[in-house]
Amino acid sequence: MNLKLKALTKSIWVFHASVGSCNNCDIEILDCFTPRFDVERFGIQLVGSVRHADAIVVTGAMNRKSVSILKKIYAQAPQPVLVAAVGQCALSRHMFRFSYNCPEPLDKILPVDVYIPGCPPKPEAIIDGIVKLVNKLRSAE
Amino acid sequence: MMIIKDAIRERLGNKIIAWEEKSSRRVYFTVAKEDILEAARLLFKELGLRFAIASGADTTEALEILYHFSYDKNGEFYSVRVLLRDKAHPEIDSLARLFPGAEWIEREIWEMLGIKFKGHPNLKRLLLAEDWPEGNYPLRRESS
Amino acid sequence: MSHKVIVPIGPYHPLQEEPEFFQLYVEGERVVDIDIIIGYNHRGIEKLAEDKHFDQVPYLVERICGICSSSHPYAYCLAVEDLLGGEANVVPERALYIRTLIDELQRIHSHLLWLGLAGHFIGYNTVWMWAWKYREPVLDCFEMITGNRNNYAMFKVGGVRRDIKDDDIPVLKKAMDDLVPALDLFRGAVMDDPVIQARLKGAGILTKAQAIDWCVVGPTARASGVNIDVRRDEPYGAIDRLNWNVIVEREGDVFAKTIVRILEMYESVNIIRQCLKGLPPGEIDADVREIPAGEGIGRVEAPRGECFHYVRSDGTNRPVRLKVRAPSYMNVASDKVGAVGGTISDATLTLAAVDPCYCCTERVTVLNKTDNKKIMNGWDLIRLSQEKTRKLEESLKNGRL
Repeated sequence: MNLKLKALTKSIWVFHASVGSCNNCDIEILDCFTPRFDVERFGIQLVGSVRHADAIVVTGAMNRKSVSILKKIYAQAPQPVLVAAVGQCALSRHMFRFSYNCPEPLDKILPVDVYIPGCPPKPEAIIDGIVKLVNKLRSAE
Repeated sequence: MMIIKDAIRERLGNKIIAWEEKSSRRVYFTVAKEDILEAARLLFKELGLRFAIASGADTTEALEILYHFSYDKNGEFYSVRVLLRDKAHPEIDSLARLFPGAEWIEREIWEMLGIKFKGHPNLKRLLLAEDWPEGNYPLRRESS
Repeated sequence: MSHKVIVPIGPYHPLQEEPEFFQLYVEGERVVDIDIIIGYNHRGIEKLAEDKHFDQVPYLVERICGICSSSHPYAYCLAVEDLLGGEANVVPERALYIRTLIDELQRIHSHLLWLGLAGHFIGYNTVWMWAWKYREPVLDCFEMITGNRNNYAMFKVGGVRRDIKDDDIPVLKKAMDDLVPALDLFRGAVMDDPVIQARLKGAGILTKAQAIDWCVVGPTARASGVNIDVRRDEPYGAIDRLNWNVIVEREGDVFAKTIVRILEMYESVNIIRQCLKGLPPGEIDADVREIPAGEGIGRVEAPRGECFHYVRSDGTNRPVRLKVRAPSYMNVASDKVGAVGGTISDATLTLAAVDPCYCCTERVTVLNKTDNKKIMNGWDLIRLSQEKTRKLEESLKNGRL
């Protein structure tokens, strides 16, 4: 396994990008960092700049205006970077599939490493998704 | 309590083309597009109603804007209807000069329905991407 | 010589979790102008609604915003019921009480969420963690009643989808009893803390005249002395049968907005208790088959202010036009006056104080890195804001301010 990826599994620093979500997934992600769930116990931390991030968490059905921004964000991230799609909108555009402003699903734009379904996924589900991602990275050895 | 209904009817007089009271708290009335500034000035500045929002719609015969005003002292809601029959070049006076609260919604109606607001201080895109094609208005009927 | 610098905030990770973009034009420390650019969240819901049945629309509008995910379906249902002859004539008594209860529970969860974020911006991360900690039991109540922590799917035209079981009532009562000490804690923490007072008072003032001109709504308006509340002005649900107060402050600064929100939570607890006490037996929904042609308007006092829905029907089973106006749409635009004239370190706070919700409002600037533009991300700004709090704290300790 890539040595850098192995290092990532110890403490993932997360950058959160909301590209047209309804806020529910975003709140549930933030909720993971608050006392009841507290993922900081596992070294997972929210960072303010994508340049410090090991993983990008994307929520929302991407719209025309945020596509270019998301591409820019991905380009700025230090490689290798993991991408987690959280919520039904990020997975499949949900009911916004036929909207004039949501032309493409997320996985056509970025390589997605983990899909976490739900509308919104509960914090437990998000944590579970991240654990699966970590296991996947470790078993790739 | 001042009777707002009577005040509006008295002050606007024959400028009101149609008047409809759907219930005790819902009043819809129509004015010509030339009179919208006067109607808005009366409702907002003189009678002290709050501008809730404007909503644009594309009906078969015309483009329609409803300006919703709320009288918060008794919950009455006044919707001023304006019909723009010239669908190719719809134009109307901007209310943003009267009060800044109308700025965003006029920008939105402009990009969604293609209605031009004369005298708007900053008529540029609000929601749609910069590369959205000119002349394609998502809320028009022909756009699908 | 003044040197004008543009400080872009956003669109990612600036103040809240949603994308928004502010360009602050600053001279030295002073903000002289601000450009708000939004649109990163626009999903075309108004257009999508035209292809949905009247019964499918609540599902769609619920996903306009996750924080006020009961206000939008409620306002939509009110609009359709307005078309049918008014909520009180259509919806059974028990459903009215359940609707009000859900609406108020949501207000508590939303205000706690904002309080936490506001605490974070001024560097009181403890407030953030505690506020969100006490928010969890509220979400548990939602999960118990509706089956989901967010997106409750409770509202339908003619009533509600789920009943409140008798077994749930004592649990809800206990949750409310447990919440009051937590609210006391926050009230004490905000009102008695000299640092918070020094930090929030006088920041981002919106005068009454400005509030009227920018047509702001909700706590933002009430903190500026504009006495409006849809719940009182045009009662819906069971609210007109209950005793509660509208909280109004005069100062219009961030402190007043905080106080309004904290005191409102007490009122919400009060309303929920009365709802549980007075919950009448009976049906929870009415059978609505035909939606006649016509137009209707529904208004709900969402946590951020008046949420407005306009529905037009032509007698078929789909709405011809749905217009949604979320409260933040009016409130965010007023940031222009709130932030201008203040310092950069206050800007984050001021911009956050209206409790912006871009999913609702939908919108924020992408800029080119050309001359004179100092790039500062949201994180830097939050740090600036937190530093100012620390400086105040130290000067208070040394007994001078």
